[in-house]
Order: sequence, then C-alpha cells, then structure tokens
Amino acid sequence: MSEHAIAWTVNGHRRHDRVEARTSLADHLRLEAGCTGVHLGCEHGVCGACTVLVDGRAVRACLMLAVQADGADVTTVEGLAAPDGTFHPAQEAMREAHGLQCGFCTPGVLMTFAALTAGEEPADEATMIAAMSGHVCRCTGYQGIRRAARALAEGRYGGGAERISEDGATGPAAGKGQAA
Amino acid sequence: MKPAPFDYVRPASVAEACRVLAEAGGGATVLAGGQTLMPLLNLRMSQPFILVDLGGIAELRGVSEVAGGIRVGAMTRQAEALADATLARRLPALVTALGHVGHHQTRNRGTVGGSIALGEPAAEMPATAIALGATLEIISTRGTRHVAAADFYLGPYMTVLEPDELLTAVVYPDWAAGHLVLFREVAQRPGDFALVGMVGALVLEDGKVARAGLAWFGMGPTPIRMRRAEEALLGAALADLDVEAVAGLAVAESAPFDDHHASAEYRRTVGRRIFARGLREVLDLREAA
Repeated sequence: MSEHAIAWTVNGHRRHDRVEARTSLADHLRLEAGCTGVHLGCEHGVCGACTVLVDGRAVRACLMLAVQADGADVTTVEGLAAPDGTFHPAQEAMREAHGLQCGFCTPGVLMTFAALTAGEEPADEATMIAAMSGHVCRCTGYQGIRRAARALAEGRYGGGAERISEDGATGPAAGKGQAA
Repeated sequence: MKPAPFDYVRPASVAEACRVLAEAGGGATVLAGGQTLMPLLNLRMSQPFILVDLGGIAELRGVSEVAGGIRVGAMTRQAEALADATLARRLPALVTALGHVGHHQTRNRGTVGGSIALGEPAAEMPATAIALGATLEIISTRGTRHVAAADFYLGPYMTVLEPDELLTAVVYPDWAAGHLVLFREVAQRPGDFALVGMVGALVLEDGKVARAGLAWFGMGPTPIRMRRAEEALLGAALADLDVEAVAGLAVAESAPFDDHHASAEYRRTVGRRIFARGLREVLDLREAA
C-alpha cells in the first residue's frame, strides 16, 4: 500500500498532503480538507452528489483517487460563493427556482451548473438539462432544477466566469459586477 | 465501499507502463479514466496489487489524422473526443455514440480506450469500434500488435488483451464524406447502459449500398458485428430493399439474454424495431403500408 505526496489547490488555497493510494478524492476532500459539502451518496458514480470541479470540469469525486489530483485545481461547493457570502449565479438560480428541498444532491448539481456557466457564454438549456442526467434528486421531481437550468442558460444571473478566476481564487473579481 | 489497499504507480511513458505491467506478472490493473474501475474497486470486485495510472502519459492522448484513417489515443477523454472537430467531420457515427456514453460528468474523466479495453457488452464505444472497422494498437514489452476490433472481444469484460499488454490507440478507417450514420439506443434513463442498441455507418453510391458497417450492443455477451445484415445490404438497390428481412437477419445474429431489466425476447423485439426504423429513417424510406 503506497503513500504519496500531492501538491494541489482546493478552493483557491494551495495544499500539500500525504495520501494513501486508495483514498478517493471525495473522502480526502471531506476528511482532510474539511470540504464536507462534497456529499457521498452511492460511492460508485451513479448519484452525482459528490461532483466537484477538477481544472474547471465537473467530475465525480468518488470516481477519482486523491493521488490523481496532484497538480490539479479543485473547486467544491464551499468555493462557489464570494467571501462576503454573495451567491454564485448557480446558487442564486437554484434558490430562486426552488431547485432543492433536502439539499443532499444540491452541491453536485451546483458544481455541474458552475462548470457549464464558467465560459464566456453559458451552455444552452438542452446541454444543461442533458448534464442533469448525471444527478439523482429524490425531492424535487427536477422541475425546479430545470427552471434553474433555463434561467442560467438565458444568462439571467450573469455568467460564472468572473467568480472562479484563473488563479483558482474564488469570489467576484473587482470591477466585474455581477448582473443581479 | 472503500477499495482494498494497493500500490499506485503513474508511469510517464508507454515503455515504462509496459515494464511495470510485465514485472507485475498479472497483479496489476490499468487505470484509464476510472469511471468503471473505481466503482469496481470501491465495491472490492477488483482488488489489484498495483494500480497503473496512465494519466501521466501524454503520448496516449489526442486525435490525429493518419494514412487511411484517424488515430485516437487510448487516453483521449470522451469529452475531448466529443468536442473534436476532426472527428465531427470525419467520423460522425463515433461522435453520436460518444454523446450516449455515461453522463457529462463521467465523460470528463472516461476515456475512449478505457471503454474499449474494458469490454462492457452494453457500452457504446466497443460496438462503434467494431461497426466502423477499427483496428486496436496493443503494446507490451514483447512488441506491438494490431487486432481488429471485431476480433478483440471474447465475452463480457473479456478480451484478447494479455495481462502485460496495453491498448494504446484506436485507428478508425476512413469513411467516405457524406456517409450515413445509424444510431439507436434504448435505455431506462439517459446515461444508463443500453438495454438494446445499434450503431453503424452506410455509404451510398448510385442508389445502392456500397459499404456497410453495423454492430449491436447490449444484445449478447460481447458487442456483435451484423455480418449477414451487412452482406444483405451491400449492393442492394434502395428501391427494392426489404428492410424487415434485413432486420430479421440482424436480430438472428444477436445473442441477447434475460436479466432483471429486460428479457431476451424483449431485446430481440426492440432490436428488430429499432433496426428497421433506423434503416428506414437514414435511407429515407417509407414504412410499408
């Protein structure tokens, strides 16, 4: 059983960790990095609750080893809102659309929405709805989540690009006001 | 739901990876995108001594045009292939199939070669490689060999790959510009493995089928090339094509099974329908009254 040193970024903070080879990215984020917003539902890639951003792409944290995150820039739901608590557009859209009830699946849904709104233009509605096939929600019947997807695709809450800046630091960049 | 302990190595080259595999004497498992392997590890259905992560081998990634075809490096992520302009133009059947592989989130990690090497019989990538006539490049310390995708599968998750061998690339042959794409999949939810699926390509010349490549997935212990249906289509004039008869030939070549999702009879019935509908749609033929 091997152990490995990894140097990576979590929500804008540089970290150096030692990880056992078999530890999943999800477990390491939860147990060592304190990111308990990474929810573990099924631990075999079906439910989508553990979805995080790795180098800007939405991936399942339960289907990746922590050692594979060496050198990566990881964002969890804890890194979405601005330091002053201002919601990320994905969070704002989900709140407005009543896209959650119990909230278990919500961090994963938010991370996929964040990935799909991070470009200059948000992904279109069909792309966002299709990406929601990767998330299981047992409360909402998905209609609120669909409304949130539509609002984000229409750019109603602005893009997310300003919020997750290139150096991995989160929060609204100065001078780039968010459309409310 | 936690993997059994293992050692992890991340070789930087194909040569190094092959050395590790050779020295491990069958105790190593290759990690590509991990989107199927990680669940198997978490469930302890797979308990390797050594996990060989191919994620650090740059030469295994990317799409390139080669003489007579297109080479897709085994570690090319499914999302990368899905967004690749060359594949969109030259191999639309592959791109269509990629859109049905897992979910957005798993395609960001999952690889083209990983899916092909794994050999899930209901997956899209193995059947597409067979339908398009792809050749698989396989490397070990003993040398390089090339195997036709149609000869690669022995059974569910069983392939001709030896424990010391690595699938390094998939070479898809050229298909004439403007060829037709056949793709149908019936699954319980988007992103699930197919209950029944078919993929293929057709080239038409002067109102006749000049080239056909067709395969089933989810219709037997391996993906299955529809050889007799292909033969029946070759040279056939569209005007007097008996679509139902060809669909019958195609289904006769399948070997579906009963499981808790669907019966073999269901799969044969649905297979026949999607084949006939798909063929009519792509050839712009009307259903017989």
